[in-house]
Amino acid sequence: MTNSDTIFTSTLDIEKLRKDFPILQTKVYGKPLVYFDNAATTQKPLSVLKNLEDYYKNYNSNVHRGVHLLSQQATDAYEQARKKVAAFINAAHDYEIIFTKGTTNSINLVASSFGKRFLTTGDEVLISEMEHHSNIVPWQLICEEKNAALKIIPVDNNGELIMEEFDRLLTEKVKIVALTYVSNTLGTVNPVRNIIQKAHAKNIPVLLDAAQAIQHIPIDVQELDADFMAFSSHKMFGPTGAGILYGKEKYLNAMPPYEGGGDMIKNVTFAKTTYNELPFKFEAGTPDMSGAIGLGAAIDYIQQTGIHAIQHAEEELIAYAYDQLSAIPSLRFIGNAKHRAGAISFLVGNIHPFDMGEILDKQGIAVRTGHHCTQPLMERFSIPGTVRASFSVYNTKNEVDALIKGIEKARKMLE
Amino acid sequence: MTIKEQQDSIIDEFSLFNDWTEKYEYIIQLGKELPLIDEQYKTDDHLIRGCQSKVWLHAELKDGKVYFTADSDALITKGLVSMMVRVLSEQPPKAIAEAPIYFIDEIGLKSHLSMTRSNGLLSMLKQMKMYSVAFQQQVTG
Repeated sequence: MTNSDTIFTSTLDIEKLRKDFPILQTKVYGKPLVYFDNAATTQKPLSVLKNLEDYYKNYNSNVHRGVHLLSQQATDAYEQARKKVAAFINAAHDYEIIFTKGTTNSINLVASSFGKRFLTTGDEVLISEMEHHSNIVPWQLICEEKNAALKIIPVDNNGELIMEEFDRLLTEKVKIVALTYVSNTLGTVNPVRNIIQKAHAKNIPVLLDAAQAIQHIPIDVQELDADFMAFSSHKMFGPTGAGILYGKEKYLNAMPPYEGGGDMIKNVTFAKTTYNELPFKFEAGTPDMSGAIGLGAAIDYIQQTGIHAIQHAEEELIAYAYDQLSAIPSLRFIGNAKHRAGAISFLVGNIHPFDMGEILDKQGIAVRTGHHCTQPLMERFSIPGTVRASFSVYNTKNEVDALIKGIEKARKMLE
Repeated sequence: MTIKEQQDSIIDEFSLFNDWTEKYEYIIQLGKELPLIDEQYKTDDHLIRGCQSKVWLHAELKDGKVYFTADSDALITKGLVSMMVRVLSEQPPKAIAEAPIYFIDEIGLKSHLSMTRSNGLLSMLKQMKMYSVAFQQQVTG
């Protein structure tokens, strides 16, 4: 254990932290809720809920428009939230932070706008076999339009990228690499630093889908040297409906707007429209003000708790969960990566994941079952789906014990 | 038994259970009584797509009655399918097409007939009714 690890040992009082999340007191079917579906969405702390209420009660107004006081207050809060996001990921400039509807929207924006500017016939886009559909389909659409080819980095039996294949596929034809930082299905943490370095050696930019990383791992975009990064508010304790696209200034300036409308223009005539500067060029129409401001409050919450402390607590919990699950006869893990964050996927004997999910649900345990929007990955492992338990900082070892008991009960009923 | 009598008898059977475990064990048990679809029909043509579990359904008209056979890859779904087949099989097409299905709700499994479960049960019920409407036209036509 390194020094930096020891500093964060047991610094978080999880029982105390749980009190910040009102929904964790909920009972389902009369049993205490065990919420292990955090990769789908996380629960919200009281500070975020209060922030939303405060916004609508006290200064709801459209941003960047009015001369009146409320509009100025709303604009200030919205731009303050942008600064918080920029500081959280250490972006070089606030205007490299684009507010979007979520990760999917962010990736679609890049695929469309970057693709229109930089992709031509015969070019290639490189993604991996473990991508969420939202980091596959937008690229398929633009590749089809531009007559470009989508190339896939395969994964091995442990659910890790085959790096020799990445090296082989990273040719001069590749115009962008779009990769998930952490797999939503397998929990694999990809070696993105290494991948970015190799891509940059050939002047190829890299987009990181950080939807499953941002809430678990400290990220410094300048240190990583990521060119684009996409993530969602609702998976990091913030409200639904808001997301972030981080992009390097040089790329964002070179790309055409994604959508047209209000706020993204400098001057409109029927002959010619000139576009606004960053970040507004990519924020057409009234944005999700409350969502953005709520995301700012969520980032405050993470900063106060400490992302390193969160990471440490989660790693300890996941190691415990992994050990406990390993002891269940007939359980096999889908994905056995050395570096894991957030999620554990598994199957038990011949039990259909849907049956397992239903029996766990009746015991108050919320897990996700199915293909997790990663059908090509399911095909790779020749399975219909998995049972996925995904963790957040507010989960406890007691809850893991409840999951283990729940699985044992399901085995008795279903095997 | 009529469709109504079949539904009422299932509701009676389920009224005996005190907790969810017994109920689900019984559902799984009922899955074993499902008249299984012949392997030759276990094709994509007979597949009803739910989001997660698969259901295969076959229907045949014999002597003015519809005979359903089916299968599923998930045990709980298979139990639900079995109940649905028990209620609607061996009935005249007109009766099936017109029958209100209330037993799922009554035995506390209402959510299984909604979109949220995505287990294909709702699509299956629609498919059973569609077969029956088609057979009805054959009978009357």
